Amino acid sequence: MHIDHVQHGPAVMSADARRPDGARRALRIGLGGPVGSGKTATVAALCRVLREELSLAVVTNDIYTREDAEFLLREAVLPPERIAAVETGACPHTAIRDDISANLEAVEDLEDEVGPLDLILVESGGDNLTATFSRGLVDAQIFVIDVAGGDDIPRKGGPGVTTADLLVVNKTDLAPYVGSDLARMAADAKAQRAELPVVFQSLRGGTGVADVADWVRGRLAAWTA
Amino acid sequence: MARAALLVLADGRFPAGGHAHSGGAEAAVRAGRITGAANLEDFCRGRLHTAGLVAASIAAAAVLGLDPGELDAAADARTPSPALRGAARRLGRQLTRAARATWPSAELDALAGEFPKGAHQPVVLGLTARAAGLGADDAAYCAAYESVSGPATAAVRLLSLDPFDAAGVLARLAGEVDRVVDQAVEAGRRASVDGVDVLPAASGPVLEVSAEAHAAWAVRLFAS
Ligand SMILES: Nc1nc2c(ncn2[C@@H]2O[C@H](COP(=O)(O)OP(=O)(O)OP(=O)(O)O)[C@@H](O)[C@H]2O)c(=O)[nH]1
Ligand SMILES: [Mg+2]
Repeated sequence: MHIDHVQHGPAVMSADARRPDGARRALRIGLGGPVGSGKTATVAALCRVLREELSLAVVTNDIYTREDAEFLLREAVLPPERIAAVETGACPHTAIRDDISANLEAVEDLEDEVGPLDLILVESGGDNLTATFSRGLVDAQIFVIDVAGGDDIPRKGGPGVTTADLLVVNKTDLAPYVGSDLARMAADAKAQRAELPVVFQSLRGGTGVADVADWVRGRLAAWTA
Repeated sequence: MARAALLVLADGRFPAGGHAHSGGAEAAVRAGRITGAANLEDFCRGRLHTAGLVAASIAAAAVLGLDPGELDAAADARTPSPALRGAARRLGRQLTRAARATWPSAELDALAGEFPKGAHQPVVLGLTARAAGLGADDAAYCAAYESVSGPATAAVRLLSLDPFDAAGVLARLAGEVDRVVDQAVEAGRRASVDGVDVLPAASGPVLEVSAEAHAAWAVRLFAS
């Protein structure tokens, strides 16, 4: 028993790319962002676009209900056995960043029970602009903000806006009603993120979803290459 | 092995899932049994001498080398509420993962193989302490302290309780935690001679009953 003892036995530890049987595990993509920005709606849209071509599952992290999981079940975007809910204990960012064990268990169980899977989407409970996913839990993360939350959010930055692998600015259909300046949001996002991608999306109008799905396909191609 | 390993294991930020559990505090707050620092202290004292003593004894016995499977069955027998048994196994599974990554050991690998969905958390805690080179008293300290620090931390979130008051509650209970640890280590020693049946079987009926109700709530902040 010493610190460089070689790991064996059944469970995947965290970020290892291989399952205990040697097969490659699913790509894991996290979706974070403020409360109500459209994370669950984006997950639902992605499932509808990708479910014919990929084997998919979803983990939701609800703060104090099971509403996200129930919404996805009601909308029937995936069969129920492909949707798992994690309880986060009043602290959604802890469950995706500081103590990821419950989420790792959920992804592991999904792979065991409905696998093999190509892609697992992990939705964080709505949180603040500093919430990001641990690299031990996800391989890439999407940060979802919306135009109605104020068009100064890209300028304010913060870890989610600045470092997420993809920034989605959602609800562009609402921009005229809330006085949000999309050009300014795009310029501010560019200044914060340099070359990292940004998609402007409206799930009401249906714009942007294809771009997000293409980005996911690109990550998956890199993962399986 | 380094004694400071105890601090790593006992740290509330050790990533083993505890943050999502209130140790019964959420149900007790809703029922009006915890409203402030004074009755939080009463609640914690009750939990320390029941669930805390049992958990600490099982953890100590695991460090002393009792069979994990027998200890797991003993923990089941001492946890009437199915919801609490489920929570203890989920936490055990999470601790197994964290411990195997932190203190790799053949015993922990074997435990993960025997209990893929998790053994009771105190059993895992004992084997983790062994892997970290710690003693029976260390494991008992972790279990006993966690039995009071979990509800105290949760009460800060649930009641917006002054965090200094919660820390004061834990400080006032420290002497009792010491005594529970002594009893637990003694019980573990006796169990290594006379078997797991001599381990303490103290339980708080209200904790068990309200855990069942809590598990059925549609809206809750904590998993237990
Ligand atoms: N107008 C408009 N509404 C949208 C759009 N996307 C989502 N919504 C609505 O915004 C509300 C919140 O969407 P959700 O997907 O539940 O947001 P969320 O980020 O998952 O919310 P939490 O999980 O509670 O943090 C719902 O009523 C959606 O129908 C959009 O593009 N345009
Ligand atoms: Mg949601």
